[in-house]
Amino acid sequence: MPVILELILKSLVLIFVLLTGFAYMSLVERKVLARLQARYGPNRAGPFGLLQPLADGLKLIVKESITPKSVDVPIYFLAPVLVVIPALILFAVIPVGPGDLFQLASKVNVGVLYVLGVMGVAVYGIVLAGWSSNNKYASLGGLRASAQLISYELGMGLAMVTVVLMAGSMSMADIVAAQLPTQFGGVLGWFIFRQPVAAVVFAITALAETMRSPFDLVEAEQELTAGYMTEYSGMKFALFFMGEYVKMIAVSGLFATFFLGGWSGPFVSEVPLLGLVYFTIKVIACLLLMILVRATLPRVRYDKLMAIGWKTLMPVMLANVVITAVLIVIGVPGYK
Amino acid sequence: MNELLVYILLGAVSVVAALGLLFSRNAIYAALFLVLNFGVAAVFYLLMNAPFLAVIQISVYAGAIMVLFVFVIMLLGAEQLPAADTGVRIKASRFVIIAGVAVLVASVMYALLTQSSGEAATYASDPAAIGVMLYTQYAFPFEAVSVLLLAAMVGAVVLTTRDAK
Amino acid sequence: MPWKTVCVLKLIHTVMDLYLPIFVILAIASGLAGLIVVISIVFGPRKRAQVKAKLQPYESGMNAIGQGQRRFPVRFYLIAVLFILFDVEVIFFYPWAVAFRQLGLYGLIQMLVFVGILFAGYIWVWKKGALDWETMDK
Repeated sequence: MPVILELILKSLVLIFVLLTGFAYMSLVERKVLARLQARYGPNRAGPFGLLQPLADGLKLIVKESITPKSVDVPIYFLAPVLVVIPALILFAVIPVGPGDLFQLASKVNVGVLYVLGVMGVAVYGIVLAGWSSNNKYASLGGLRASAQLISYELGMGLAMVTVVLMAGSMSMADIVAAQLPTQFGGVLGWFIFRQPVAAVVFAITALAETMRSPFDLVEAEQELTAGYMTEYSGMKFALFFMGEYVKMIAVSGLFATFFLGGWSGPFVSEVPLLGLVYFTIKVIACLLLMILVRATLPRVRYDKLMAIGWKTLMPVMLANVVITAVLIVIGVPGYK
Repeated sequence: MNELLVYILLGAVSVVAALGLLFSRNAIYAALFLVLNFGVAAVFYLLMNAPFLAVIQISVYAGAIMVLFVFVIMLLGAEQLPAADTGVRIKASRFVIIAGVAVLVASVMYALLTQSSGEAATYASDPAAIGVMLYTQYAFPFEAVSVLLLAAMVGAVVLTTRDAK
Repeated sequence: MPWKTVCVLKLIHTVMDLYLPIFVILAIASGLAGLIVVISIVFGPRKRAQVKAKLQPYESGMNAIGQGQRRFPVRFYLIAVLFILFDVEVIFFYPWAVAFRQLGLYGLIQMLVFVGILFAGYIWVWKKGALDWETMDK
């Protein structure tokens, strides 16, 4: 069956790109952070440290796989797998360019809800890692992390409702189409200009969902050592790491699709490949922003974190949805 | 016969997950089997051309309700069940319960097999059609849901917070 | 074959064309993640005479005291319950948002009533202090 073969090939390419992206993302992050702190960062493995991710990977492979005595073995091994899978499959509904070649399932008419569902299921890996480790740091870390994830999922869900309301469809392909320059006011058609509040809230919740600074409480070394990852080492630890970074790339892809017009840009209709280039540039811009945020902001206190999620983002986003709906009913240009 | 194979395979997974749920002595494992079962149910919805229900099944049941279950299990520290009780009365009551559930399932199956018309598939595939139906034809039940959710909210808060006196 | 089964099988054909990519990537991602776990077991060195302390749960170098899995504060439960309730609310928004241009003002009023009732609950929960993390179980 050639259809199946094509799908497998595309999925393999996508996963390969995501994993390479993850490897070099970790290098770029260390380099940028180092530069911002007047250090050099990794520069020994290969020119400019370009082989550093490979070296890190090899090191982790040959590490001993320690399984502490008190862990619940099947779930202890299952948890890192459950962290990586949702991160990898999030990209299935994101179109990376125009046409059928650059998409897997972006035409699915429940794409946005698929994202919400996958994000929801991603909680299991973390809560189970914390529970199965049978370690106090891990339990607390896992618990805190899962409470954080579910709290911010609400804000993210409402931000996505706004996007769906604007586009009138839950399909990612339609959401990109609704932001095409031909639809409304050139680059101003991007939802980031038409829905700035939703864009900001989505960005904040994306940081929280990927557990990035300033919401990286689960890794608050001073309080929790390494949180739910405390008992993990070697490749199992690498899986958590991989999950975090792939999810960063995925939420950046989502942000680019929801608010930055996805693959749209000048001359895409003539040269479809340009769409892929634009999309990649947008995703990389989002990722760099995430690194800069990490270098800039201090960590939020846990009670403040919950307060931001429940007392600020929730009412703000509810108001935003209602206001958007009113604008659509009135028929303000750009909101029809 | 590929399709039939998919159907039978999924059914087998769902039955195995359900049995795993029943026979796990560790509540966390039972909860995970239930999540697997929900996942298979979501695929079944998909097969019945109802993708909206499928993703909701994942998002609400697997992503929210089961997380709460896992939390509750951990909250109570009730992961391990005590050894099986073998008293005669308990065994007898077990049979009564199983028989009752069997009758219930059989009657639901009967109702489904004789009365469903297969028309659901025509609108279930389109979220917009579901939206229009939900907010026009079923507007009152929809508003009633908000009251139900409100009651649940009040209940949860009353049960878990202590009045500062 | 019974008619119903035929129906279901036909639908498998049409729907699966759209959703197949998700299952393909799910299968590949699961395989890969599983493979990585196996790799770490195969390639990692195994020390036969393991120090007993090495396999203890990590507690900053001290001997571990008691169990790692312990009962935890009820506020996490409350957060999870509130999450379910508001998650259901958010989910109700989606079909509404998709169909909003067909529903128009009528749809807006419907949603305002729905949100209004739940927002009243939200305010009450807030006033009750259920969203205050630090004071909740004092």
